[in-house]
Amino acid sequence: MLTVKGLNTEYPSQKGPPVKAAQDVTFEVPAGKFFTLLGPSGCGKTTTLRSIAGLERPVGGEIVVNGRTVYSSEKKIFIPPNQRNFGMVFQSYAIWPHMTVFANAAFPLEVRKTKMTAQEIREKVMRVLSAVALEQYADREATKLSGGQQQRLALARALVMEPELLLLDEPLSNLDAKLRDRMRFELKRIQRELGLTTIYVTHDQGEALALSHEIAVMNEGRIVQVGTPREIYEHPRTKFVADFIGTTNFIDGTVLGMDTATGRWNVRTPAGDMLVHAVQTLAPNMAVTVSIRPEDVEVFEEAAPAGSGLNTTSGMVDQKVFLGDFVDFQIKIGEFTLLSRAHPSMRTPIGDKIHVRMNPEKCVAIPDISSARNAA
Amino acid sequence: MASVENISGNLQTGDQPVVKADPKWAIMGGVVSIVAWLALVPLVFLIYQSFRTPGTARKPAIWTLGNYFEAYSSPDTLLLFANSVQFAAGTAILALVVGTALAWMTERTNTPLKPLFYALSIIPLIIPGILFVVSWIFLASPKIGLINLALQNLLGTDKVYVDIYSMAGMIWVDGLHYAPIAFLLMTAAFRAMDPSLEESAMMSGASMWGIFRRITLKLAFPAVAASFLILFVRSIESFEVPALLGLPVGIQVFTSAIYDAIHSYPSNIGLAAAYAITLLVITMGGIYFQSRITSQGGKYSTVTGKGFRPRTIDLGRWKYLTAGIFLVYALMVVILPFLVLLWSSLQKFYSVPSMEALRNVSLAAYVTIINYPSVGTAVWNSFILSIGSATTVMVLTAVVCWIVLRTKIRGRFLLDQLASIPLVLPGLVMGLAIMVCYLTIGGGIYGTIWILFIAYVTRFLPYGMRYNTTSMVQLHKELEESAAMSGASWFTSFWRIVLPLLKPGLLAGWIYIVIVSVRELSSSILLYSPGTEVVSIVIWEMWQNGQYVELSAFGVMLIATLFVFVMTAQWIGKRFGVKET
Ligand SMILES: Nc1ncnc2c1ncn2[C@@H]1O[C@H](COP(=O)(O)OP(=O)(O)OP(=O)(O)O)[C@@H](O)[C@H]1O
Ligand SMILES: [Mg+2]
Repeated sequence: MLTVKGLNTEYPSQKGPPVKAAQDVTFEVPAGKFFTLLGPSGCGKTTTLRSIAGLERPVGGEIVVNGRTVYSSEKKIFIPPNQRNFGMVFQSYAIWPHMTVFANAAFPLEVRKTKMTAQEIREKVMRVLSAVALEQYADREATKLSGGQQQRLALARALVMEPELLLLDEPLSNLDAKLRDRMRFELKRIQRELGLTTIYVTHDQGEALALSHEIAVMNEGRIVQVGTPREIYEHPRTKFVADFIGTTNFIDGTVLGMDTATGRWNVRTPAGDMLVHAVQTLAPNMAVTVSIRPEDVEVFEEAAPAGSGLNTTSGMVDQKVFLGDFVDFQIKIGEFTLLSRAHPSMRTPIGDKIHVRMNPEKCVAIPDISSARNAA
Repeated sequence: MASVENISGNLQTGDQPVVKADPKWAIMGGVVSIVAWLALVPLVFLIYQSFRTPGTARKPAIWTLGNYFEAYSSPDTLLLFANSVQFAAGTAILALVVGTALAWMTERTNTPLKPLFYALSIIPLIIPGILFVVSWIFLASPKIGLINLALQNLLGTDKVYVDIYSMAGMIWVDGLHYAPIAFLLMTAAFRAMDPSLEESAMMSGASMWGIFRRITLKLAFPAVAASFLILFVRSIESFEVPALLGLPVGIQVFTSAIYDAIHSYPSNIGLAAAYAITLLVITMGGIYFQSRITSQGGKYSTVTGKGFRPRTIDLGRWKYLTAGIFLVYALMVVILPFLVLLWSSLQKFYSVPSMEALRNVSLAAYVTIINYPSVGTAVWNSFILSIGSATTVMVLTAVVCWIVLRTKIRGRFLLDQLASIPLVLPGLVMGLAIMVCYLTIGGGIYGTIWILFIAYVTRFLPYGMRYNTTSMVQLHKELEESAAMSGASWFTSFWRIVLPLLKPGLLAGWIYIVIVSVRELSSSILLYSPGTEVVSIVIWEMWQNGQYVELSAFGVMLIATLFVFVMTAQWIGKRFGVKET
């Protein structure tokens, strides 16, 4: 449905070389899927989205939607944004203050090439407005809507044109936490019902995980990993991804070799030797970082019931924080401190011995960049 | 399908083909050429003319440095320069002191009558300069001035107490005339100054005087300096005051010297041009330093977007004094000038107020005016010109601003500079430049009303730029981008989104330009010909002919009309304007 290939977008800067805001961005979105660009502030998400929209002119690459090339540096094609038929919801909503709710939503239909009768427009607009639960506000001035209502109006305006592609730039970021949660469900429902191919930009990992079929994590203008929310969360390919999404323990180590019994790699770390899951190919003596989520570090007061091929060790409770839904333990294993997130019923006092168990499936070994390059 | 364009008009990727047919490029190209023509071409002709001898039928014009030689070799020029600087500096200081005091009183104290005063502050803007000067002649001339007569009656002497025909008189009248502008500039400065900066100094233990000296003055310095330069440039460009008050007693400044050189016989346009270039250099310097100060003042700018809690000083009993100052100011700037015009308009022949004169009150002058041959034409011309030039300027500059602020076209900042050039051209210099330009290239424009139209549009371009820039920077870019995403063409989005959202700013700028067009005298005086008079010219001619009574009647009608116009326009703006967002 949407194919972005080798997209590069630059901004000229007053002095010095241009800012390379998007570099070699490549991804594909199948029809009807919800695709999220996720990354820290300034990583180029908005730039990528605006390049797809046609609001920025890339310097290289290709963008194809439904077989129609909307941009190609090679074939020198650039379709202006007003001929692309993509719906877009802006971060500021960009609701036109001089129009009513109805007029805002009707605008895309009024300006399109194929003319529609007033009656047709009215029907269409009202249908969309009721889909976002705004039909009773149709004649109200657009500025007299609450933040959440404005957001829904912006969405309605994007939907009314029956776009080929729906582009959303942090549409929930201006809402308060409660409303954000509600709108998140609304958005998901509407997208799934209409089966619209959607590109969503956010820096909120929770939002990305909750909404998306697929996520592309970006950093410094590049996509660093594309995958389903589960893949990204459970099997990050780089330290950056592991760190950006959720909290995690990083344990530096060296690959010892393949464990013949389980077929997993064995890694020597300050927290003891452990079996790991490898996303990329490893080799003996390679320097790696093992990432394990705190909730995947199981703790026991008695010696852990050993399962086959599970990593077990023990340490001493150094700190603990009670957070209601769970307890965070900081466990000293030799010199190393491991964070574990446990059920609140765990009450081991500080200073006591505690047993630890980690499923190798959840211990993700990420090759250090320098040694990975040497091994390759 | 491979049509190429970009909402942001990104032209630097020159390897991509550009579709010429897009009307957007035609509109933008047209606007840019018009602005460039208006701003640059007359200036070039002016410079050219200053290096030419006057051409006659027998002796064609040749290149020369003689004009500059004549202008600078004479010792009179030194006097001219000294007079001009003295006049302009004096005017600027007087206006600034009055304006700052008034601004401080309205912004930072609890003076009574504040709201009333604020409403009143707009009225001086609608009194044309020439009427203001004439009314002060009625008030303070040595022979017929009411102030002198009143004092003489009271004290039983025949001493002349005030003489408006002097350098001090010129500074007094022009300074009062520019005080409302100083007031507006300083009000803006006080509003941008966060009182919490002063409060935090107070909390650090500084004394009142220490705060004023070390915080308030320092913070206000850029605004004061910039306002002074603006006022200086405005007063060195003034024409009405030097012409009506200075020329009769031989006090010449650059503007009156230019006028004299053109109206002497044979007229010496080359010499006028040489003077004009000198004046231009001075105003350019003033504007240059003013923009330097303003841009450096960026670090002082305390506009945070948060509304300040206005802190007003409780003046106690002193507030009656400040209220008194308001009243005196209103008396000097609005009430007395208007009343004296009204009085003289009700007489058959000009005479000072007395019981006897009161019995002779008549409306004869108004009847004369209505039947006066050139008045009808002049009113019609002024009407057409002001509406036409205000509309043209606002639409032209809306497009220019859009290009400057919204596209990435190279050199767009030059366009901004270009449209601001007329700011440094004194009205008289602009009139001269346009006259020389269209006399030289011909085309039949000289002598028609079109030349006045061109002059007004050029002169008021910078005002249009200012109004449009202020409102367009507040317009979020995404409002237009969402129109593009909705499928709207550039033209549709400009017409249906940009212009309606700019409406309040457009309307305010339009009203302002209509008013200043009606008041305009210094360019028109070189460009009008029989049949293309405007109202300010008719007043000028009546003054020259000594028709004081008719002039007064006409002036009263003009002020009343402008007043009604401003009130109506503001009412319409409130009623139908875009609601605040
Ligand atoms: N108009 C511009 N001119 C110059 N540089 C720009 C412009 N817009 C963005 N940039 C730069 O490009 C880079 C990417 O910006 P972008 O807006 O795409 O980030 P983002 O991922 O959307 O960030 P955020 O989450 O803060 O919105 C940043 O370094 C930014 O400073
Ligand atoms: Mg962004």
